[in-house]
Amino acid sequence: MSQFFHSVTLDRDLCRGCINCIKRCPTEAIRVRDGKAKILSDRCIDCGECIRVCPHHAKKPLFDPLSIMDQYQYRVALPAPALYGQFNNLDDPDLILNALLGMGFDDVFEVARAAEIVSDATRKLMSEGLLTRPVISSACPTVTRLIRVRFPDLIENILPLLPPVEIAARMAKKAAMEKTGLPAEAIGAIFISPCPAKVTAVKMPLGTRQSYIDGVVAIRDVYPPMLHFMKEVKEPRELSSAGRMGLGWGSSGGEAAALLNDRYLAADGIENVIKVLEDLEDEKLGDLDFVELNACSGGCVGGVLTVENPYIAKAKLKRIRKYLPVSCNRVGDAIPRYAKFDTDIQYEPVLQLDENITVAMEKLSEIETIANAFKGLDCGACGAPSCRALAEDVVRGYGSPDDCVFLLRDRMKTLADSIAQLEHHIPKQFNDPFGDSQK
Amino acid sequence: MPQTIHFQYTVPGDDFTRAGEASSSVKKALKKIGINPEVIRKVAIAMYEGEINMVIHAGGGSIDVDITPDEVRMVLVDHGPGIANIDLAMQEGWSTAPDDVRSLGFGAGMGLPNMKKCSDDMTVESVVGQGTTVRMTVLCH
Ligand SMILES: Nc1ncnc2c1ncn2[C@@H]1O[C@H](COP(=O)(O)OP(=O)(O)OP(=O)(O)O)[C@@H](O)[C@H]1O
Ligand SMILES: [Mg+2]
Repeated sequence: MSQFFHSVTLDRDLCRGCINCIKRCPTEAIRVRDGKAKILSDRCIDCGECIRVCPHHAKKPLFDPLSIMDQYQYRVALPAPALYGQFNNLDDPDLILNALLGMGFDDVFEVARAAEIVSDATRKLMSEGLLTRPVISSACPTVTRLIRVRFPDLIENILPLLPPVEIAARMAKKAAMEKTGLPAEAIGAIFISPCPAKVTAVKMPLGTRQSYIDGVVAIRDVYPPMLHFMKEVKEPRELSSAGRMGLGWGSSGGEAAALLNDRYLAADGIENVIKVLEDLEDEKLGDLDFVELNACSGGCVGGVLTVENPYIAKAKLKRIRKYLPVSCNRVGDAIPRYAKFDTDIQYEPVLQLDENITVAMEKLSEIETIANAFKGLDCGACGAPSCRALAEDVVRGYGSPDDCVFLLRDRMKTLADSIAQLEHHIPKQFNDPFGDSQK
Repeated sequence: MPQTIHFQYTVPGDDFTRAGEASSSVKKALKKIGINPEVIRKVAIAMYEGEINMVIHAGGGSIDVDITPDEVRMVLVDHGPGIANIDLAMQEGWSTAPDDVRSLGFGAGMGLPNMKKCSDDMTVESVVGQGTTVRMTVLCH
């Protein structure tokens, strides 16, 4: 199994070993060990739920500081569609893009442009009937990671096009090289991101060997300087060249709406996404052409690196894109190679109990037996999210039934009872200091 | 300097993703001329709504725009199905837009009322089965 990189880290000093994160993790990837949370790396899908839920702010998203810009001679900002939904009373995307130039970027390339290219390419591929229906969107890195570890049957339904930000980085770099004559290494394609999962998507991309994104900075980090530079913009340069469809990708349903096809479903929030994937796996969802899934509630505007409430951001996004042309970018006759997957997504059987089916079945029945001995309170005191998870940990060899406080209590009671019983065997004269001798 | 600048656009009806391009390019031109931003806003919204209507409801058409120092005149002509009841169509919330464009945010039945609001003068002529002509004027002062 390959090594997994993740975009969430733990501040051990802040972690109190409470059960909030272990309970909330959708892949049961966190355990509390020695009083601190520990992420089981191969199971983590970078959804950010633990970052959101931790009351002590011990779980931290990983991303690049703004100073990453300094490493490049020519830097291109790749603003996510979600960025456009963060500002008040805004009707003109150019203000946002000009503020990015004010911050020190030499150029901008809107990720929304690449999103329109993906939409156009998807429409093409779907009309040619070349895709396995229902097509599942490939844009959310958490969703593709979830499918890869939990829903192997659905891997073939994943849209074989790279996420818009990856395509944007490729197009932006190429354009910048042509414009400046600089080599690729001197050009930094820096994503202004709503979510840390994109950091993982850069370090360990799915569907391609190598990412062209050079840095991932947080929307919440660029927001304060941008507010300042937006005020400075007097005559905004005309930079915006994305339409209603591209910007729509910033919130849930936007990618699906751009397909101009009613037979779609759009779900957001990791719990809902899992439910939909389970139903898809069981073929319960009937006649659908497209399924858009976003791990964050509300879609990308709900990412942990944003500043605005996702639903307010959605409303603002709706306003700013209202009078934009429907779409401004298309693929032309053939879908460019840099937009397509160049490697297949492989199933990672991290949840499988054993490679050998017979052994796996034995382990499963062992889990049942152990789990039945637990009270089923799922209290989390053992450090595992549920009694079943602890039973599984025991069978996998990284837990003990004694981690269960209730089993421990029962054992202590049995022990105490035997001590009490043993007491009767102690000769009286030793047992009762005020016995016969006193009379 | 000429007293009138004329733009003409053909709005294709077979590619919905191109809808809004004509109004976007008029908006850019008006900015370059240095027309008052409030006037630009009104022209842009009025023409955008009319252009989108042509694509969604009428299978495309053509738009003529005349810009003078005093006013911007737009004439939108299509040969679509026409509007049977113009008064009803002008009401806020009345819409026959299909589902696939609704998920993109169209179909609120606000287009014609907005066009009316943004223009200083608007007339709609329509013959069922033959098409629709919308004339709008936005004054610059
Ligand atoms: N050019 C046209 N040709 C035929 N019918 C039209 C035309 N323009 C408007 N209509 C009719 O008038 C109705 C109201 O138009 P209006 O622009 O107000 O709303 P809409 O286009 O349905 O929704 P919205 O503009 O809010 O997205 C339309 O639903 C359609 O039935
Ligand atoms: Mg309309």
